[in-house]
Amino acid sequence: MLLIRCPWCGDRAESEFSCGGEAGISRPLEPNALNDADWSDYLFNRTNARGAHKELWNHAAGCRRWFEAERDTVSYVIKRTYKLGQAD
Amino acid sequence: MKKYSGFSLFRNALSHNLNWKQAWRKPEPKKHYDVIIVGGGGHGLATAYYLAKVHKIKNIAVVEKGWIGGGNTGRNTTIVRSNYLWTEASLFYEKSLKLWEGLSQDLNYNVMFSQRGVYNLGHNLQDMRDIERRVSANRLNGIDAEVVNATQIKAEIPLIDTSPDARYPILGASLQRRGGVARHDAIAWGFARAADALGVDIIEQCEVTGIHREKGRVTGIDTTRGKINAPKIGVVVAGNASVLAKMVDLRLPIESHPLQAFVSEPMKPVLDTVVMSGAVHGYVSQSDKGELVIGAGVDSYVGYGQRGSFQTIEHTLEAIVQLFPMFSRVRLLRMWGGIVDVCPDACPIVSKTPVDGLYFNCGWGTGGFKATPGSGWAFAHTIANDHPHELNAPFSLERFTTGALIDEHGAAAVAH
Repeated sequence: MLLIRCPWCGDRAESEFSCGGEAGISRPLEPNALNDADWSDYLFNRTNARGAHKELWNHAAGCRRWFEAERDTVSYVIKRTYKLGQAD
Repeated sequence: MKKYSGFSLFRNALSHNLNWKQAWRKPEPKKHYDVIIVGGGGHGLATAYYLAKVHKIKNIAVVEKGWIGGGNTGRNTTIVRSNYLWTEASLFYEKSLKLWEGLSQDLNYNVMFSQRGVYNLGHNLQDMRDIERRVSANRLNGIDAEVVNATQIKAEIPLIDTSPDARYPILGASLQRRGGVARHDAIAWGFARAADALGVDIIEQCEVTGIHREKGRVTGIDTTRGKINAPKIGVVVAGNASVLAKMVDLRLPIESHPLQAFVSEPMKPVLDTVVMSGAVHGYVSQSDKGELVIGAGVDSYVGYGQRGSFQTIEHTLEAIVQLFPMFSRVRLLRMWGGIVDVCPDACPIVSKTPVDGLYFNCGWGTGGFKATPGSGWAFAHTIANDHPHELNAPFSLERFTTGALIDEHGAAAVAH
């Protein structure tokens, strides 16, 4: 089981969290301006990186807040977690 | 290729089994092939076999970064069935099931396909409605399926807890009697041996590091064993599909997740069929060696590490023990994780790509084993004719742009 550091609650067991998938995907501001290929890319295509990966996690059985994590998808090591919008 | 037979068993027994020939060659890669298949799992080897056998293409290589059948082919729960809801999916899987039924003879290799039946349990009224719908859909498509009630289930599987106050009460199930299990290694070895006999070069320990293109066409691959040229390249690499796609700047609607399974200590025969439950994310059968083979749902995060989290194991085993209280005293022998490539609609991609001469077969997610022969058969047709067969045409990459998804995930309501 992974030990995940919630930016609000500290280190907690993985079973308290749910994974929200790849981070940094924002809904297009003008969907009507998009063609089908761009819309499909937003909706379905994913980086699915082998190695460093930024993703969203939710502390579902805790403070219920979302945050971002930088995790290696091969070793599963979580390099760091941070509040949304505080990537740097 | 020396034919395997009862007589060959007898003859080799007389010489203390010291004279068996190796099942396939270990060739050095040539400079040029007509078709290269990337990925030496069941699907890749099946593709090479049907390309050589059905489409008479002789100059084929299968390149594999590890060893034959060392990936998901050797890391699954070996369930074979075709009772999918949607017509596109069920016909494709049914083609595969029909190939399974003649496969041992076709390959001259015992794949130990055992049609012991597959039960998909229903635990509440909505499950039963979905089961009735799916069974009706299957029968309309000419696929055997029946609805059984709890009394019938108890009569055929005495160990299962069908009492009304069970944690997961069992109201009934769908049953596909032609479904069952097969030997996972045998399918890889059988296809490898049969393909090799038709002249296919199977090149192990050969990882692809780059894909060459010229004017929108593939021309060859870079590997850890040198450059190999080919005008057609088929990529069948399951969990690593996105990694290969990135080499040609292609983005795929796929995420790779760990999927775990476990095997118990061997014991006397107690379960002569396959029991699955989508609602509790667990499925169980008993192997010929006597081990319980138990599968879980996927771990929720993207992972390439061929292992998953403990709570997923706990969750699945809780459910299995609720269904079969007797199994609470069985100890697990080993467990493993495979990396499955999951599509948003839980259906595969067997398709051409925007790059000419490059074909992708991926997105099988948690249910690829059952499709091994059918997937190879359809992918071989697609590569040989540069055009999909009508069975795999709906499973194109374009469906994510056109919106013609085949939504098996929610609709079938079954664990793969």
